[in-house]
Amino acid sequence: MTDLTDLPILSIILVTPLIGLLVVLLLPKHRNRWLQTAAIIATLIPLVLSLWLYADYDKHQGGSAYGEQNAWVEVPLNKETQASNGVTSYTLTFQYDVGIDGLSLPLIILTTLITAMAAFASIYVKKRWKAFYAWFLLLETGVLGVFMARDLFLFFIFFEITLIAMYFLIGIWGYFNRERAANQFVIYNGLGSAIMLIAFILLVNTAGFHIDQETSSFVYSGSYADIFRNLTDPSAWVNLAPDQVGGMNPFHMSDTMQTVIFLLLVVAFGIKLPILPFHTWMLKVHNEAHPAIVMIHSGILLKMGAYGLIRFGIVLFPEQAKDWAVVLASLGLANLLYGALVAFRQTELKLVLAYSSISHMGIVLLGLAAFNEIGLQGAIFQLVSHGLISALLFLIVGSLYERTKTTTLSELGGLARSMPFISGILLAGGLASLGLPGMSGFVGEFLSLLGLFDTQPWIAGFSVLGVILTAVYMLRAVMKTTFGPIDERYLAVKDARLIEALPMIVLLAFILLLGCFPSVLTDTLQYSVEGIFKPLFSSRMGG
Amino acid sequence: MNEFIPLTWHDTLYLAPELVLAAVFLVLIVTDLLLPQRVNRSIIGWLSLGGLLLSLGFVIWRMMDMNPSGVSAEEAAQAGQVISLLGASYLVDDYGNLLKIIFLIGTSLIVLMALGSTQKDEAVTDKAEFYYLLLPATAGAMIMASSGNLVTLYIGLELLSITSYVLVGLRKGSTLSAEAAFKYVVTGGIASAFVLFGMSYLYGVTGSVSLADFPSALPQAFTDYKALVYVGFFFLIAGFGIKIAAAPFHAWAPDVYQGAPTPISAFLAVIAKGAALAAVFRFLYSSAFFLSGGSKDQVGDDVFFALLVIAAAAMLIGTVSALRQKQSKRLLALSGVANAGYLLVPIAISVTIVHSNNFSEFAFYLVAYLLMNVGAFAVVTVIARSSGHEELKGFSGLYYRAPWTAAAMLIFILSLSGLPITGGFFGKLFILLGAASVKAYWLVAIMAVSTVISYYFYFGIIRQMFMRSNGDEEDVVTVPAVTGVVIWICAAATVALGILPGPLMKWIDTVFSIQADLFVR
Repeated sequence: MTDLTDLPILSIILVTPLIGLLVVLLLPKHRNRWLQTAAIIATLIPLVLSLWLYADYDKHQGGSAYGEQNAWVEVPLNKETQASNGVTSYTLTFQYDVGIDGLSLPLIILTTLITAMAAFASIYVKKRWKAFYAWFLLLETGVLGVFMARDLFLFFIFFEITLIAMYFLIGIWGYFNRERAANQFVIYNGLGSAIMLIAFILLVNTAGFHIDQETSSFVYSGSYADIFRNLTDPSAWVNLAPDQVGGMNPFHMSDTMQTVIFLLLVVAFGIKLPILPFHTWMLKVHNEAHPAIVMIHSGILLKMGAYGLIRFGIVLFPEQAKDWAVVLASLGLANLLYGALVAFRQTELKLVLAYSSISHMGIVLLGLAAFNEIGLQGAIFQLVSHGLISALLFLIVGSLYERTKTTTLSELGGLARSMPFISGILLAGGLASLGLPGMSGFVGEFLSLLGLFDTQPWIAGFSVLGVILTAVYMLRAVMKTTFGPIDERYLAVKDARLIEALPMIVLLAFILLLGCFPSVLTDTLQYSVEGIFKPLFSSRMGG
Repeated sequence: MNEFIPLTWHDTLYLAPELVLAAVFLVLIVTDLLLPQRVNRSIIGWLSLGGLLLSLGFVIWRMMDMNPSGVSAEEAAQAGQVISLLGASYLVDDYGNLLKIIFLIGTSLIVLMALGSTQKDEAVTDKAEFYYLLLPATAGAMIMASSGNLVTLYIGLELLSITSYVLVGLRKGSTLSAEAAFKYVVTGGIASAFVLFGMSYLYGVTGSVSLADFPSALPQAFTDYKALVYVGFFFLIAGFGIKIAAAPFHAWAPDVYQGAPTPISAFLAVIAKGAALAAVFRFLYSSAFFLSGGSKDQVGDDVFFALLVIAAAAMLIGTVSALRQKQSKRLLALSGVANAGYLLVPIAISVTIVHSNNFSEFAFYLVAYLLMNVGAFAVVTVIARSSGHEELKGFSGLYYRAPWTAAAMLIFILSLSGLPITGGFFGKLFILLGAASVKAYWLVAIMAVSTVISYYFYFGIIRQMFMRSNGDEEDVVTVPAVTGVVIWICAAATVALGILPGPLMKWIDTVFSIQADLFVR
């Protein structure tokens, strides 16, 4: 195997969908098959590359070998008021800085895998194919960029690209109420982004500032590494109280401000995750968007929220995270139980799955709130696992809808007779979702709760209740769909075509792989989770 | 302090940009009279454009002359590279020149837009005037940016205002246009009166109309006549507030923008607003700035705070009142109110030790605002021509009828709503960073909130363009070539600023220096 570090492999992964986008734009617009083929190829290449990356990834070394940094925006600031201090330059820099570590790499693979599968699942897109695949590929670049970006504003830009692309994908190709769903999506997530931007601006203005003593230049940096370094360095300006430096330090970040920034980040990413009171938009999206898009939305986009929460909230503000862990755990518990209870009452299969997503994201929060290595591992494992499972389930929903023209539970039933294959996969997906051992859902839930029992046993105890409820609503939904008397209308429908079966098999295979051999993922996670926690416990928290 | 030296022949060279505009204006009036009726008046438009570009050439030449390569703005400041004419009442410096470049490019694009739309507009009976009146209006804006003296400032303001009153009313066939012109004359007249009233008070307490005398004269005047200084400043702010169309002085804007010919709406939204902001910028940093930041309560702090409040009000009121707007030009007018708020922020947060980048932020956002607004108005002219009205529903199904124009409009809307990858995003980002670095956190929050509210109506336009189909009128939208050029110049530049904002910011920083170019000496 050649050395991947010689190539700008991350940029290649990032740019491939964009090249695909250009190809799609050049193809004639009525050639659906050509367009889909182009999109599938453009999503398969990043998949292959990211798997290769995973194989090549050296767990001990971390991802530093693949980082790419280039100057992107260097804005000189007016320094006339600083002239008396002998400042030679005063700049604001954002970098094109991409990198991976054990936290982002699994999510990158999840992204490339699910988008490739969603590209297969797009056979039932019925109009404006060219625009569909263009936005689809842009969305992939956006999501990959979110997971790779190591500069706050680069991250923000990719985050907003996913917002814009999703708006179009929901609003044009969704079901009847698509425009309202798209609108609600953009307002809620726009609010989340705005709050995130405020938090980032506060961060750059305080923790992003450092003085290069040798050249006596003042720099505001958007770089994640710089901000992390400054926050952990007790002699950095951000950590010096004004009275330590003779009365004035505009870059000092007080305890209150740290808490404020942390909470801003929790709300910003909590909207995306979604944490309980902010979840209504995502129900609409699950219910109204095209199934291929919901695969991506439920499978990947919700994960961006959790990723941001870990990367910016917990890693940069561990003390605050620890102080607020009880709140996070309570919110997680609320998500878990509320989602499960309401899912039980739903009459619409898509909404059952939507509430199930809320419930499962609760487990992620619980794992984070455990605030130990096992809990964090569990949370990340749960992210990947839920991504695969919900993508699989919505893939099936899409195939069902094409045949039955409805996904209302009361009108379905007995589909196992006419569609044994799809029904079998649905059952398997349902079992994975309720956490059957041997499938990936189990490992994520198990690790998260195991971690939580260590630190907050009461909440963990209640959470087990949620796991039981999951089994109840999931089995109810699956049973109502596949067993019982069949409607005559559905007797003649055909089972899955090859192009539909293929992504189902692939996703199920990954679910089983992670369920049977969790070490495939946990080995990678372990080192980076340790890497996240070690400096926190040693330098910031006093041992 | 500054001895009055009459203009010499040599000095007129420094005034070349303004003189060129005046000369071309006079020549075109005569040409219009002499040309037979049957000759198409678009020739006048092209000649006006030539005049603007010639003037632009002079400005750039002057700038290159004043900023030899390899010399930083600070060194230039030490060398005293500022040309001060007529006892510092007229300044040729980088502040003025940068803004003149923005105004001239903006007006050139607007003339091109007019060439595409006005030729076919039956309601405009005097097509030639439509073009050549833009020249003195622009000259007025340029004078406002360059003036170092309240009287010169007022002359520039009136030159700009009076010509734009006429321009607003040029659609003689339309009652809306007449109504708009009348409203604009009345509110504009009130604004001028306020400005003049405020100026007279400042003159009364300081004994000077020259901005150069204010730093030394104002502190004494403030101790002697506290109330009068307040009256002077607040009347000036109110007067300019009307010109800027910042809330609560914005009520005229939707009506006037709606009634005016669309290129003139764009002119009011960008050039007139920019010129008034430029005047406020220089005026406050030569006067109120020297009465601020000290340990005791001073009028300057209050003036800057009042400006912050106006900015916040403009952002919130502009966006909230645009929510239910169904008419595209009224919508853009109200979005212009919100943008006036954003543009006021860098002026109002003042200069502190850690933050003195105000002008770069202001100029960058002004450029981004110019591009996205002129582009959006150009698209409105295209829509209005094909559908016969300017309602938002005219945008419906634009994607099917003119996909490229829809794509360009998408860029403008993303830029207006401050989303990447556009100039509007970085413009807002720089302003937000500036506001945060002086710890004006409440303002940061208001900017962010109003931006999110604005998504609602901006994305409403996107919804019309891309998600609705236009059932009964499947007519093809034809884009006149010149309008297409305007749209695509604006779209390309907006995206370019959105990908690489660095070069423009860097250039502004190298030529501009607060001490040399903003303060009047």
